[in-house]
Amino acid sequence: MAMEVTQVLLNAQSIDGNVRKQAEESLKQFQEQNLPSFLLSLSGELANEDKPVDSRKLAGLILKNALDAKEQHRKFELVQRWLSLDAAVKSQIKVCLVNTLSSTASDARSTASQVVAKVAGIELPQKQWPELIGSLLLNIHQLPAHVKQATLETLGYLCEEISPDVVDQDQVNKILTAVVQGMNASETNNDVRLAATRALYNALGFAQANFSNDMERDYIMRVVCEATLSPEVKIRQAAFECLVSISSMYYEKLARYMQDVFNITAKAVREDEEPVALQAIEFWSSICDEEIDILEEYGGDFTGDSDVPCFYFIKQALPALIPMLLETLLKQEDDQDQDEGAWNIAMAGGTCLGLVARTVGDDIVPLVMPFIEENITKPDWRQREAATYAFGSILEGPSPDKLTSIVNVALNFMLTALTKDPNNHVKDTTAWTLGRIFEFLHGSTVDTPIITQANCQQIITVLLQSMKDVPNVAEKACGALYFLAQGYEEAGPSSPLTPYFQEIVHALLTVTHREDAGESRLRTAAYETLNEVVRCSTDETAPMVLQLVPVIMTELHKTLEEQKLASDEREKQSELQGLLCGCLQVIIQKLGSSEPTKIVFMQYADQIMGLFLRVFACRLATVHEEAMLAIGALAYASGPDFSKYMAEFFKYLEMGLQNFEEYQVCAVTVGVVGDICRALEDKILPYCDGIMTQLLKDLSSNQLHRSVKPPIFSCFGDIALAIGENFEKYLMYAMPMLQSAAELSAHAAGADDEMIDYTNSLRNGILEAYSGILQGFKNSPKMQLLVPYAPHILQFLDSIYMEKDMDDVVMKTAIGVLGDLADTLGSNAGSLIQQSLSVKDFLNECLSSEDHMIKESAEWAKLAISRAISV
Amino acid sequence: MAPHDLRRPFKRAAISDQQRRRDLTLQRQAQGRRDAQQQARCLASTVLSLQSQSTQPEYEPDIELEPESLPDLLPEQEESGASSKDLDVRHASKLKGAEARKWFARQLMLPEWMIDVPDCLAQDWYVFARPAGKRCFVVSSNGTTVSRQRNGSILHRFPSALPNGAKTRDVSGPSQSYSILDCIFHEPDQTYYVIDMVCWRGYSLYDCTAEFRFFWLNSKLGETGACSPPSFYHKYRFSTVPIYNCDQSGLSSAYTGALPYVKDGLLFYNKHAHYQTGNTPLALVWKDENCSQYVIDTDSKGQVPSQQQVVLELQDDGKLITSDDPPVVFGCLDLDFIQKEIFYVLLLVMEVEFVDGKLEKVDLHYLGKVNRARAFPDSYSKMLEALILYEKKGKKKLTTGGIQISYAICFFEHAFSLV
Repeated sequence: MAMEVTQVLLNAQSIDGNVRKQAEESLKQFQEQNLPSFLLSLSGELANEDKPVDSRKLAGLILKNALDAKEQHRKFELVQRWLSLDAAVKSQIKVCLVNTLSSTASDARSTASQVVAKVAGIELPQKQWPELIGSLLLNIHQLPAHVKQATLETLGYLCEEISPDVVDQDQVNKILTAVVQGMNASETNNDVRLAATRALYNALGFAQANFSNDMERDYIMRVVCEATLSPEVKIRQAAFECLVSISSMYYEKLARYMQDVFNITAKAVREDEEPVALQAIEFWSSICDEEIDILEEYGGDFTGDSDVPCFYFIKQALPALIPMLLETLLKQEDDQDQDEGAWNIAMAGGTCLGLVARTVGDDIVPLVMPFIEENITKPDWRQREAATYAFGSILEGPSPDKLTSIVNVALNFMLTALTKDPNNHVKDTTAWTLGRIFEFLHGSTVDTPIITQANCQQIITVLLQSMKDVPNVAEKACGALYFLAQGYEEAGPSSPLTPYFQEIVHALLTVTHREDAGESRLRTAAYETLNEVVRCSTDETAPMVLQLVPVIMTELHKTLEEQKLASDEREKQSELQGLLCGCLQVIIQKLGSSEPTKIVFMQYADQIMGLFLRVFACRLATVHEEAMLAIGALAYASGPDFSKYMAEFFKYLEMGLQNFEEYQVCAVTVGVVGDICRALEDKILPYCDGIMTQLLKDLSSNQLHRSVKPPIFSCFGDIALAIGENFEKYLMYAMPMLQSAAELSAHAAGADDEMIDYTNSLRNGILEAYSGILQGFKNSPKMQLLVPYAPHILQFLDSIYMEKDMDDVVMKTAIGVLGDLADTLGSNAGSLIQQSLSVKDFLNECLSSEDHMIKESAEWAKLAISRAISV
Repeated sequence: MAPHDLRRPFKRAAISDQQRRRDLTLQRQAQGRRDAQQQARCLASTVLSLQSQSTQPEYEPDIELEPESLPDLLPEQEESGASSKDLDVRHASKLKGAEARKWFARQLMLPEWMIDVPDCLAQDWYVFARPAGKRCFVVSSNGTTVSRQRNGSILHRFPSALPNGAKTRDVSGPSQSYSILDCIFHEPDQTYYVIDMVCWRGYSLYDCTAEFRFFWLNSKLGETGACSPPSFYHKYRFSTVPIYNCDQSGLSSAYTGALPYVKDGLLFYNKHAHYQTGNTPLALVWKDENCSQYVIDTDSKGQVPSQQQVVLELQDDGKLITSDDPPVVFGCLDLDFIQKEIFYVLLLVMEVEFVDGKLEKVDLHYLGKVNRARAFPDSYSKMLEALILYEKKGKKKLTTGGIQISYAICFFEHAFSLV
């Protein structure tokens, strides 16, 4: 076999399908028969300078895929498989890999560097292959350029692969030294310099200590800034990428470099090639992101002890930054509005301008207004469009006080431009700007209304007219109407939109039927706007919303009748079904929220459910989520009556719970199980065996996305609350799972924010499960079955209280569980609670909480505990 | 290590409508779960039986003989005691029409008439001036507020600032959680004066002491804005009443203090007593002409008629009983009469004599059936006190007994005159 490997690898890339298939088959067989020997021969192939580049490259790729996979569970398996290989085999493979880094074939080097990083990604966290980094860096200065380049590339991939805590500071220093020296202007080989610059991008996360040291940081910054001036465009681009990454990672260390960085970026934005200019603009957008976050944190918490202070870089740069960004607005591409994938300097500059407005608020207005006034009436469409875009960009951020008078003047101009401007691009941006006006300056929170009785009619007329324009303009008009409707959400019992309701709905439905509604996501926008119009409607228009039910049902019915479509048409059809299910979901939720309309609506329930079930039968997963959401709304509205659909619906429910791949479908289905539990209460009992089996399988699967697991625990609680003591038979399965998850989630030690968030959502799920189970068994003699679990539950509460990193939601749920323990188990829990280490402190802390919900729960818990202790 | 994509959303709303649909669904589901949990939690402490098995007369005194008020369900419930016990506030909040009337009619705590001064009055009791008006239960839930009078009939259905008392978009708490207040609706200023708090945001206060309930009432009611002037989402104003300790100054404040409402006697609540439905000696009412217009029956001209009327309940064995628990029996009517008569609460005229401080030798004359709205007979203590005050007015002389009551009268006259 080893002799043939080269040929098989080449055959696997043959243009002849049969040859290819056969080759793939024999590779697979080889791998299954003898993995170590398979991997060895692949690494041998990769290292062999006498072999053709193509076979070497594929050998490397297969090796790489034998070490890593996208899916978490598969990745885990591959890691375990590698670790269990014979040490001698592994060491032989690794020698081959490292040797390949000095190959003269650049493809072989590049592939090898990726595979080395993958192996390192597995082994370094296990404290294996400790000599790797040292050996890579050994004599790096004396290496020939191509080897140096491969070595730096390997270091870059390695940093991407592993987490900083795996590498000790001494090694980090060595890596950074090598990388920064490779980036230095004295490095004459561009390939080496580019590899070094890209490696730095990945290594920045390792440089915490170095960035805290002024001298080291100065040096790194100087080298990066110099690289932005390299004659090689790829190096300049990579260097700006480093600056962008530094801006978010080391924001608080930037003060002394800002002036230089501004000069560099301004020059790049004005003069450099687009890929470089885009990165230069991104630097400022990224600074805005940081300052917006910091200022938001200031706003939420007046203690002022935010981790990172705001340096107001944007505010300081404003006088120079704004003209630079305004210039970019004039560099539009002709058809950028029709091209979904477009991204150019005008778009990046406009986006950055919007972020600057959010960062500095009022200060931006006087700096932008002259540009708008000067350009908005110019004959060149680019000037009119740029002026309009500038105006639209600054509508979020500055205070309504600052903007209202300007907007009042501009509104009429915009309405005229939307109907009369000859240029589609200008109309597109004008409609978008109107949408921004309504989004930020219209609504119950704004003191001076922009839309009045006097101009409401005109605005609506213009928007409805615009919906007949070319698709991209019509789509923006729908968007504007969306926010117009949203602004009246809190309008009270009577909405100013009521007189136009019929007309608006009619116009939106007409849009959905346009031949070209598939372009510029026009149909989607029309349905989304219809949804919002329905959501924000009042009782006055409830009869018209009711009339909409059969209309949308007919549309959905039509899509189900079409048979035998080509695959791209099937995709469009399924997208439409998704939109229609979404629309029905909104309507159901709306009409179900008040008794009188619910009663009338329920006459359609059977038919609607019939349609949803047929949507499931079509088996196009994208629609499943929408249909499932809609069914959840229907269950909520139907209450116990929903039981009549269960027999038929159950199989789709099960299917949804089994959908590991599209985990959103699974997550939504878990939520719907909760809806059904609350709707059916104990009538759900006959289906519980099936549901619980599936949920338990989901929990034990390592294929299912972890984000679905907390809601599954919550769902246990929903089921227990619905079926009460009948949950008995699931206790022996559910409780151990809860216990082990509880132990896992009690400590999120050393984790990042994301992990802490996940841990808290897991805790919340577990606590909601306990809460539901405890309450479900209340007043039942079987309550005794829960007594043995009480110590563990209390321990769990103790431990999360001690950990001090729970969020408000967990706090509220946790203190509720304490009450549930006392409430259900009474004196059985009373003494345990009294013995508990921290319960008293926890309760007191909750009782004095600022959070209304936590306080309420705590007060209830206190009541329940005093009752339990007194009996 | 290809260049990193840096495209940002352009001319796009921050959140897609699909994401919005998901978020709103998750919100609804989370709310649903909270509501369900909340309901379950409140179940515990509010298991109030539809009727207490031991003390109720065997026959359901039914003043509402509308057809729908006699569901088959009811007698069944009486036979199987367990099921009737299951009827708690949670279920009751779902009751409609006559059933709801029947249930709510039993839920108010009714004071006895003060015919004796309790020991430790100053330490253990609160006193407050009772507003004149219609005593009712105010229940807010599901975006509406309903007030029901003592007989269970609806007084008002209205939006209020009580928790979940109006359909506003402010969903601060579970939408189905309910609050129940014990109120007196005072016509002149169209205000509900809250005299007790029974449930708040779904949390039951039945088995809390009066001390705690009043504390809770005073700290919570204001937070909701229910005490604000009427508005679109808040049709009637609510108000607390000043509550005093029963020391000298408290008593005199309650008795003579200026108040925004018309007084109708004084109410005394034992600080340690739980909210107990029906008559209880741990809540007492005192009336005299200084603190109430309605001491004894008056005719349309405000004159005291020559006889006092009393309402008693007729049981199917012919016994006439008071509303007390246990009831006091006042004689019998003959069975022929019962068979002809389908109204069980009768209006009677009484003449009585005291023997050793107790009412005895009652002479009752049947006057007619009571107003349909009347659900309960009078209590023994009310009859007693009315009679004494009646006699005090010189209409009739006290023959014997009544010493304790006379003492009570002297006590209060003394206490109040000290101010």
